Amino acid sequence: MALLTIATEICKGCGLCADVCPKKILALSKEINSKGYHPIAVTDQSKCIACAFCARMCPDAVIKVEK
Amino acid sequence: MAVVYEKTGILTDTPLHYCPGCTHGIIHRLVAEAIDELGIQGKTIGIAPVGCAVFAYNYFNTDMMEAAHGRAPAVATGCKRVHPDNIVFTYQGDGDLASIGAAEITHAATRGENITVIFVNNAIYGMTGGQMAPTTLPGQVTTTSPYGRDPALCGYPIRVSEMLATLDGPAYIARCSVHDVKHIMDAKKCIKKAFETQIAKKGFSMVEVLSSCPTNWGMTPREALNWLEANMIPQYPLGVKKEVE
Repeated sequence: MALLTIATEICKGCGLCADVCPKKILALSKEINSKGYHPIAVTDQSKCIACAFCARMCPDAVIKVEK
Repeated sequence: MAVVYEKTGILTDTPLHYCPGCTHGIIHRLVAEAIDELGIQGKTIGIAPVGCAVFAYNYFNTDMMEAAHGRAPAVATGCKRVHPDNIVFTYQGDGDLASIGAAEITHAATRGENITVIFVNNAIYGMTGGQMAPTTLPGQVTTTSPYGRDPALCGYPIRVSEMLATLDGPAYIARCSVHDVKHIMDAKKCIKKAFETQIAKKGFSMVEVLSSCPTNWGMTPREALNWLEANMIPQYPLGVKKEVE
């Protein structure tokens, strides 16, 4: 079981994490954060393998990965 | 649950001011992780540049100083000579280091100053609005080269790492990229190696990191990283340019 925690308020919605996710379970949310960006969100947590590619790619260090 | 990956405490909680998808954030994190892993937070002094990374002093939980445009290696020289036991690094962009600061970096390198330089090369002036830099590629469109950089008119881009590697002073010079996860891991190893070079008092160390500027290149963050891989790496080959044992 893996868990991604996303700091949605500091996410700028660049989407680089979604591009590198091998399971393709990250997508921009329909919500808007207080800066006006669509933050990233996990579409299917159960498929996460905790590879942390997303967290290593994220320019703003918004993702915490636990397993 | 065990933590697989989280933000290092060497970075402050201040949200980064960089544009969405700017790789400055990745490079900040790699530098912070290297400082964390080497356990040198308490004795590290960072020198911030002028350019997009001008607010770097807000983001690192280490002692930080701000230098005039291009003068970070000169400030770092003073810092290191007065406090030889501290770890001193500069964090500079290509407009800062390769243009107005060309003299400072060249002479700091040739003197073999025992400092570490993180050189972020995105082939453009970012903060001032996307003007042509010394590192802009031939044919690259910028606000001051709207028809593409013409080498007959503007000269050729400078390969700073190769140029400095010809000098006798530097102990470690490498060029890395952050366009995908593998290269990010490689870049971290190089940055850590550069700090280790300084800790071992071997002399000047520099890591050039190829970076993107989605805003001023006029691309999405992903397109910018693809463009970096396809165009910048052929112009600026990756690898260790100099290493003194």
